[in-house]
Amino acid sequence: MIPAAFDYVRATSADEAINLIGEHGDEAKFLAGGHSLLPLMKLRLAQPSVLVDIGRLSDLSYIRDAGDHIAIGALTRHHDVEHSDVLAEHVPLLAHAASQVGDPQVRHRGTIGGSIAHADPASDLPATTLALGATYVAQGPHGTREIAALDFYEGFLTSTLADDELLTEIRVPKMQGAGWSFQKFNRRAQDWAIVGVAAWRRNGDSGVALVNMGSTPILATRVSAALAQGASIEDAAAEAAAEADPPSDLNASVEYRTHLAKVLTRRALEAAGT
Amino acid sequence: MTVTESAPATEFIGQRMLRREDPALLTGEARFTNDLVVPGALHLALVRSPYAHARIVHIDTSAAVALPGVVAVHTGADLAAAWAAPMPCAWPVTDDMKNPAHFPLAVDKVCYAGDGVVAILATSETAARDAVDAIDVTYDPLPAVIDLEDALADRVVIHDALGTNTSYTWALKVEGAPGQIDAAFESAAFTVRERYVQQRLIPMAMETRAVVAVPQPFGGDITLYSSTQVPHILKIMAAITLGIPEHQVRVVAPAVGGGFGSKLNVYAEELLCMALSRQHKVPVRWSESRTENTQATIHGRGQIQHIELAADADGRLTAVRVRLLADMGAYLQLVTPGIPLLGAFLYAGVYDLPAAYDFECTSVFTTMTPTDAYRGAGRPEATYAIERAMDALAVEVGIDPLELRRRNFIATEAYPYTAWSGLTYDSGDHDAAATKAAALVGYEALRERQRTQNIAGATTRLGIGVSSYFEMCGLAPSRVLASLNYTAGGWEAATVRVLPTAKVQVVTGTSPHGQGHETAWSMIVADKLGISPDDVDVLHSDTAIAPLGLDTYGSRSLPVGGVAIAMACDKVIAKAAQIAAHQLEASVDDLEFAHGAFTVTGSPESTMPLAAIAFEAFSAHNLPEGLEPNLECGVSYDPPNFSWPFGTHICVVEVDTETGAIEVLQYAAVDDCGVQINPLIVDGQVHGGVIQGLAQALFEEAVYDSDGNLKTSTLAEYLVPAASDVPPITLGHTVTPSPTNQLGVKGVGEAGTIGAAPAVINAVVDALAGLGVRDVPMPASPNTVWSAILGAAPAPTDTAGTDVGDHPDATARTTVAPPEGGAP
Amino acid sequence: MEISVTVNGTEHQHDVEPRTLLVHYIRDTVGLTGTNVGCDTTSCGACTVHLGGESVKSCTILAVQADGADITTIEGLATDGVLHPMQRAFMENHGLQCGYCTPGMVMAATSFLEENPHPTDREVRIGLEGNLCRCTGYHNIVQAVLAAADA
Repeated sequence: MIPAAFDYVRATSADEAINLIGEHGDEAKFLAGGHSLLPLMKLRLAQPSVLVDIGRLSDLSYIRDAGDHIAIGALTRHHDVEHSDVLAEHVPLLAHAASQVGDPQVRHRGTIGGSIAHADPASDLPATTLALGATYVAQGPHGTREIAALDFYEGFLTSTLADDELLTEIRVPKMQGAGWSFQKFNRRAQDWAIVGVAAWRRNGDSGVALVNMGSTPILATRVSAALAQGASIEDAAAEAAAEADPPSDLNASVEYRTHLAKVLTRRALEAAGT
Repeated sequence: MTVTESAPATEFIGQRMLRREDPALLTGEARFTNDLVVPGALHLALVRSPYAHARIVHIDTSAAVALPGVVAVHTGADLAAAWAAPMPCAWPVTDDMKNPAHFPLAVDKVCYAGDGVVAILATSETAARDAVDAIDVTYDPLPAVIDLEDALADRVVIHDALGTNTSYTWALKVEGAPGQIDAAFESAAFTVRERYVQQRLIPMAMETRAVVAVPQPFGGDITLYSSTQVPHILKIMAAITLGIPEHQVRVVAPAVGGGFGSKLNVYAEELLCMALSRQHKVPVRWSESRTENTQATIHGRGQIQHIELAADADGRLTAVRVRLLADMGAYLQLVTPGIPLLGAFLYAGVYDLPAAYDFECTSVFTTMTPTDAYRGAGRPEATYAIERAMDALAVEVGIDPLELRRRNFIATEAYPYTAWSGLTYDSGDHDAAATKAAALVGYEALRERQRTQNIAGATTRLGIGVSSYFEMCGLAPSRVLASLNYTAGGWEAATVRVLPTAKVQVVTGTSPHGQGHETAWSMIVADKLGISPDDVDVLHSDTAIAPLGLDTYGSRSLPVGGVAIAMACDKVIAKAAQIAAHQLEASVDDLEFAHGAFTVTGSPESTMPLAAIAFEAFSAHNLPEGLEPNLECGVSYDPPNFSWPFGTHICVVEVDTETGAIEVLQYAAVDDCGVQINPLIVDGQVHGGVIQGLAQALFEEAVYDSDGNLKTSTLAEYLVPAASDVPPITLGHTVTPSPTNQLGVKGVGEAGTIGAAPAVINAVVDALAGLGVRDVPMPASPNTVWSAILGAAPAPTDTAGTDVGDHPDATARTTVAPPEGGAP
Repeated sequence: MEISVTVNGTEHQHDVEPRTLLVHYIRDTVGLTGTNVGCDTTSCGACTVHLGGESVKSCTILAVQADGADITTIEGLATDGVLHPMQRAFMENHGLQCGYCTPGMVMAATSFLEENPHPTDREVRIGLEGNLCRCTGYHNIVQAVLAAADA
């Protein structure tokens, strides 16, 4: 319950934050809402030597209509994503998925950028933004770059974000009236999903991504391909786990997760309509 | 005058009076042990074994000693001289029970992950925690023993000196004539033979344990503040274990944040804080983290149950046979070995069984956290087995499970009922409780709906589960405890003291931690003495203020402690009557006591209120010859019998057969705890108990891996449900007063938990019966339910079944397995 | 590091170690022990306080992160010796037994009603998903919050 000692520095701008993290090397970590990092530190499963607090970079907390997409500042809290009118109109799947993260207290502190940068395959927002074809914006010492969500997740809790890069913005295409569903299956509401499915459909297009079905969030491309070729929902959903490599844990075996992914994908697609 | 043993007037008893405990708890004013400010206290932290079973090869403390703030580091070997006796086990259930010596710190060997190895004292909690990481212990790991049947085989013996992992075998066999049990099974029209597993549970009181020991270095006295249910028992045991004269030990339980049996114990950290505070001559405190709590505080349940029922052609029980294998964990804690015995009398449930009962329990050591009392302690386990087996029997007989129960209930007119065991059940009306529960859920309509809903191919199936139970509480008649080899008695003490200004102090030996004793006890006294509850203060949980008592557990506080208070009031009234008679110049026999005043029969103007008598007793100016001053009377009450609350719970679920998810649609609990002192509190006890039982059925399990590591060591993995995960509860009550005490009370603390788990699982199995599922083990997680469906043979009536999945590995059959060798 | 935090309307300035959790700061440094700790995994909600008017788990915030913040703890809810309507509703509906989860539960519930003033039974249950209670089975807690919403 008491973290190991560390040094604490507070950044007043994104540039300063990136400089600070560069100065302190790979033992340093960004601290945003802290709701991914601090639980690990309290159990001493993470012991960074320096925390660079970016929590006061209020210019990274916003939700803006940017034409074909919605731009969300990385420090936007889950609570604000959940209650955003802009997202409710243009990306309701993301607003709803944010309402399913953790519990109200967690949503009052946790940020979308923190959740995505943590790259936990069991988290709701990495998979949801992946299904939506989001692009992430990262700022580093040499400028900014855009990373497609599909290229971002490398492995369990690891991403293509460099140690000295700061995730600054999440760009999510407008859903343009697509039907959608977020199926989160768990035993307690506050927990991570045992399996989750984020899905949208619009005409022949679709996006389906799986929560907690591998070491990264999984884009179920074969489901979308099957749908595009006119397969029934039932048949398309049968492909749900084809690209997954699900873990086995206290709550679910590999076989059960595989089965759940198919059932939940079918239900998501049915709920999303055509 | 007849004032003794009279049922009190009930101006307050029976009212939903709000709790006087609440304002302090609601405003943050209440002081839990961690809230106590003790200047100069050192903080204790423990290095705990990461291994389930290992020899301690070497301990290097040098780096830790050098850290800032670290005052001392002690190993088990250093402290060997601090203990006058091993940690106590108060319940040697058999004369040949094996009990390994167990000390607060391990010396040569650790026997479970979490066993204490090194004690650190530092000037702050942070410094102590940092020092834990700086201690280097070299272990020589040994194989873990986490399977009960494996433990029984003694392939790895945990305690070398014992030569076996078996602690004891205890039997209870009652038959009217020799061979009656065997004959009953041979001639039975129906038999069922079931194996159930009571998974290990973690009690998870929301307040973890905390301890502060404050020594008085130059007098030898020591005060222990501890988050405990049992300050009185702890005082005696600490004195013995530490070799401190008992009169120099004071134990205080401040506000205690729940216990559920987990704080009914004598723990290493309590003894360490006391020993180290005496050695270092400063206060020493310790606060348990949740991750420590899951490993260093006792677990509950942990049994493999084999139960066989024999029944006649109508489904009436003719014999019950039970074989238990119980998990003691690594060591015997305070009452570890006795827990299965508390259930030994309940495997025939609430049913009229002839004298044909055969119970035997074998208990084994494993390399896991010690088990001990957890809410219900033996009784939920027993009730689960009989109530699940009754449903299995109903299937065999081919009748509705509620009807089968009705055919077997002990008839109301048979009370008081002398059971096959020789125990007398005080009162009951099982049919009334069952009828009420059935009405609350609309039982017949649900069965009708079930017939139309659970058709071939249905993926949302309705299930209805019934559970009828006895609570068996009021622990306990001391002579019965003697027959069970329990070291202590089961009495309770109370003192009622009327102060000169007619305010009343009640001193009780019960030690509440959420049960609302201050409110309930004041209501009893108010009715007995004819005063306002606001004029009654209840003193408890400090052995210097309430020196006599046996504390709070086993739903005993009201039927033993509450009755003791009523009896002390009777003594006060009797003494006051002598003063009143003297003052009124009347005979005691001519006095009536009502509404707080004595009146001479037939002379309403000749009256004297208790308030005036109190002052007379205090001033002592004019008392009857030979009568002592002051109006204070004490009672130590030993109950003549257990009390037998009972009831029926009905749970209604829908099971999603595609995912295995269970939704509880309705939960109705009808509990009869005799007379209710405060129905508000009774309802709360049942609500909470039901959800703990439901949590065992659906959510909770202490899971160990094959190396003996606890995989559910935090509240992130151990699934205590939240409000979002459980249903509302519909309550009903019947009231069948107990004839064995003047209040007519029985107790209610564990009833909800006892009734709930079998009701829930019966409902789940009922929902899936058409798919051929005969059992679903606890906790019935979605994965477990799904596996049970996959593994079930399609029922002949529903061969279409349900398309539940497509993976080929349908091996996870979880239905009833026949008993293993050695079982009946 | 020097921080300034307003707790229940009173400003406090202290030098704290960066690793000090807000809940430990509130309990040990400010000396308000009504806020409890029940777990080490952000699961139980016993440590819930309001930060800027919203419920947060004070075990998962560093005191240095709360520098400049306005915090309300359970001690700040009652005014002039009169219980807050939520506290009164908990008492009247027997929404507490041992009382250990209660401060966090009450703080979570008041924040929840700010966001959803007229909830259903189900919405209350979901709204309190971040708080664990071992005594009450939640039934009366839900009744209390519904009663407070009607008050």
